[in-house]
Amino acid sequence: MVDVLSVLLIACGIFLFASGTLGLLRLPDFYCRMHATGKCDTLGALLVLLGLAVYQGFSLISVKLLFIVVFIFLANPTATHAIGRAAFVRRVRPWTKDSPEPPASEAEEDLK
Amino acid sequence: MNDFFLWTSIILGLLVLACLYRGVGGPGFLNRIVAVNVIGTKIVVILALMGFIIDRIDMFVDISLVYVLLNFLGTLAAAKYLERKGAI
Repeated sequence: MVDVLSVLLIACGIFLFASGTLGLLRLPDFYCRMHATGKCDTLGALLVLLGLAVYQGFSLISVKLLFIVVFIFLANPTATHAIGRAAFVRRVRPWTKDSPEPPASEAEEDLK
Repeated sequence: MNDFFLWTSIILGLLVLACLYRGVGGPGFLNRIVAVNVIGTKIVVILALMGFIIDRIDMFVDISLVYVLLNFLGTLAAAKYLERKGAI
């Protein structure tokens, strides 16, 4: 029973990791990529580490794993917000349907 | 159950390789920082899985705890550094 629950949680986490990586590779803009990874990676790490804690049972190790989960849940959105704020302050323009090729212009704007 | 953990960490390693494409060739510094942050989160999970695979979870859980802190601090420092004008 515990093994089934743990496998289920870890499989859901792997699916979220894979979708976050797909978004990082395929989306057109820096902001869109941050939108994909900031949420999928947080929840994926939560699910996989929670599955490992369930598999371990109640001990000091599972408490430490839960502490890692709580810290990731606090730290990962904060880091994403900091990067997004840095991009906004440096006036990286978001991608719209009218802008012809976002990667080249964004690269130039970053190197200024 | 050990085989399942092994295959999970293999899949995560392949995902890290896929993220490395964005980290190496991604346009601009900001894309690279995002890719490094994502790779760091995946590495933390791989470390915890690796502790279960080779039966030293009491050691590896501390290592992954330290890795979470260092990953967060590194990303935050890079973002704060890039916020100033003309820092690049």
